Amino acid sequence: MTTTEIRETHLVPPGDDATEARRPEARRLVGGTRLADLLGLVGAAVGAVALTALLVTQIFPVASGIAFTVIALGLFVGLYALLVSLDERPVAVRDRVAMVVVHTLAFTVLLTIVFIVTFTFARGLPALVHPNFFVEDMSLAGPLDPLELGGVAHAIMGTLIQITIALAITVPLGLTAAVFLSEIPGPFARFVRTIVEAMTALPSIVAGLFVYATFILALGVEKSGLAAALAISIMMLPIMIRSADVVLRLVPGTLKEAAYALGSSQWRTVWQVVLPTSRSGLTTGVILATARGIGETSPVLLTSGFTASMNLDPTTGPMVSLPLAVFQFVKSPEPTMIARGFGTAAVLMFLVVLLFALARFIGGRTRKER
Amino acid sequence: MFRATLRTGGTLVLVVMGLVGVFLALRAADALRVAGWGFFTTQAWEPDSGNFGIAAILVGTVLIATVAVVLAVPLSLGTALYITEYAPLRARVFLIATVDLMAAIPSVVFGLWGFFFLQGRITEVARWLSINFAWFPPFRVDGVDPDDPLSTTTIYTSSTFIAGVVVALMITPVVTSIMREVFAQAPVGEREGALALGSTKLGVIRSVVLPYGTGGIIGGTMLGLGRALGETIAVYMIISPVFVIQWQVLRNGGSSVSSLIALRYGEATPFGMSALMAAGLALFLMTLVVNFVASSIVARSRSGASS
Repeated sequence: MTTTEIRETHLVPPGDDATEARRPEARRLVGGTRLADLLGLVGAAVGAVALTALLVTQIFPVASGIAFTVIALGLFVGLYALLVSLDERPVAVRDRVAMVVVHTLAFTVLLTIVFIVTFTFARGLPALVHPNFFVEDMSLAGPLDPLELGGVAHAIMGTLIQITIALAITVPLGLTAAVFLSEIPGPFARFVRTIVEAMTALPSIVAGLFVYATFILALGVEKSGLAAALAISIMMLPIMIRSADVVLRLVPGTLKEAAYALGSSQWRTVWQVVLPTSRSGLTTGVILATARGIGETSPVLLTSGFTASMNLDPTTGPMVSLPLAVFQFVKSPEPTMIARGFGTAAVLMFLVVLLFALARFIGGRTRKER
Repeated sequence: MFRATLRTGGTLVLVVMGLVGVFLALRAADALRVAGWGFFTTQAWEPDSGNFGIAAILVGTVLIATVAVVLAVPLSLGTALYITEYAPLRARVFLIATVDLMAAIPSVVFGLWGFFFLQGRITEVARWLSINFAWFPPFRVDGVDPDDPLSTTTIYTSSTFIAGVVVALMITPVVTSIMREVFAQAPVGEREGALALGSTKLGVIRSVVLPYGTGGIIGGTMLGLGRALGETIAVYMIISPVFVIQWQVLRNGGSSVSSLIALRYGEATPFGMSALMAAGLALFLMTLVVNFVASSIVARSRSGASS
């Protein structure tokens, strides 16, 4: 399905029996890069950088690296088009320019996002190198204390507790609802599916506001980890049901029919055929929803509140989570607190990457088995 | 028994989800009754004196989302095309995993980057735009003397534009991921047909991949728009809230519904809470419409509702 394969299949060198007989056939390169192409790219790049340097220092001064990059990229595309147009037809010129534009856009995105991630790790490094960052909480460390004191153990534990509660609510409920949607179809299931799809649009802050207004203001429960977990659950539930629903619908009907033909009940069919068949897809869905839930700041901000000390009891008192801790740390003007903020963000990202790798591993393994 | 359990589960989910919507509407009703139609035209946000409305914050939300989508769509389109059409086979699997992973990066990380890295560097760009493109109304910034080389760039900080750039980077991976999935499904037969007719790679993209993927492009864009509308923390960290309609996107100050809620929920009186609920409801309805439009476009397109 890839274009490289296509090129190889339909551009077979024309067979000429007479020449073939006389000398050994030389393989014709259809893919490879020509020297002129390479030189054109390099020339356009050098020219663009030089022209930009001239522009931004002499003609209209802009003192910004971002502006420099943007102008240089624009000039690069223009210069390259000019160079190619010297010895190619317009069709080829458009093709080359499109290629360069697509590459430029893609590398801009990929490099920027890789840069955002490295930037976070680099700024957090001063905090991350101290082991106490992972085992202490902030109850004894003030904003002016050095990085040797205090840490984010309370936020790590808070995140783990909140996400565990949220999963304990969403996994059984979400899976039951998803199985319901696929096993008992009808007008009611369609209605539930519509509502669930609508709720995926719920902004996370509104989920937080809902829990804040019902549990904390109306029912008088104090701000706690449990309230935060509930807010995260409301946000995760529709995402999870939707992805589980998609996976369950992919289970082949023949498998189910075979189970029924062997005389098993609907319950046994679901438990021993449907769920095991779609296990990897379901796991991936759960893990991706978890990654979304872990990174949400605003519901936790509204429902849990900030604390500097370790709180392992989700029912009483504020319990901080990693994103909320980041948010609170960087509010302070102190450089050590900002370093702690970046360090916490790095820990959070590491957690998300870990979950993601797990999802890939599970998802990828069974795809091969199939 | 088993069917009853399933039915209960489904009903429970329906009740919880319905409760959120109904409760929001009920709580918002108090505020809406007091504000009346003025809720949609008032710019100020002083709920306790009865003078409040979402004109300014809704416009602010839409402006941030617009900036984000305008920047994110070409970037995502380029990245998605690169992954499906240009990237070497071996790199492709890796790139797909990377983009999907990027979609899961918490928004607070983008907020951090925007606040500590981007803000100080992009103000020069904003200033350059505002001086050279002053004829384009959204880029105009009043109260700036273009001939004064020593003027500070403070007026360009904490603007709708910067918040929009950060949100754009946040939604780019999501949008890319949806576009890529649809592009990859473009029929091989048609690709080969185009190539056999002597088409260049650009020709294949323009005559096969893009027409096939139109639904995915629009659907992905709308989903990105939905995410951009609801984004809280990254916007909250960057923007400095104002409660007037701020059309000048490059200028200091802006607003969004979600950052308003994050800013005001703590000090709100019961009536102020109801007003915030009304704002949240308006935001929810807006994202709901965007999501439904997106899913119906994707479902009707040739590429189908696979995403």
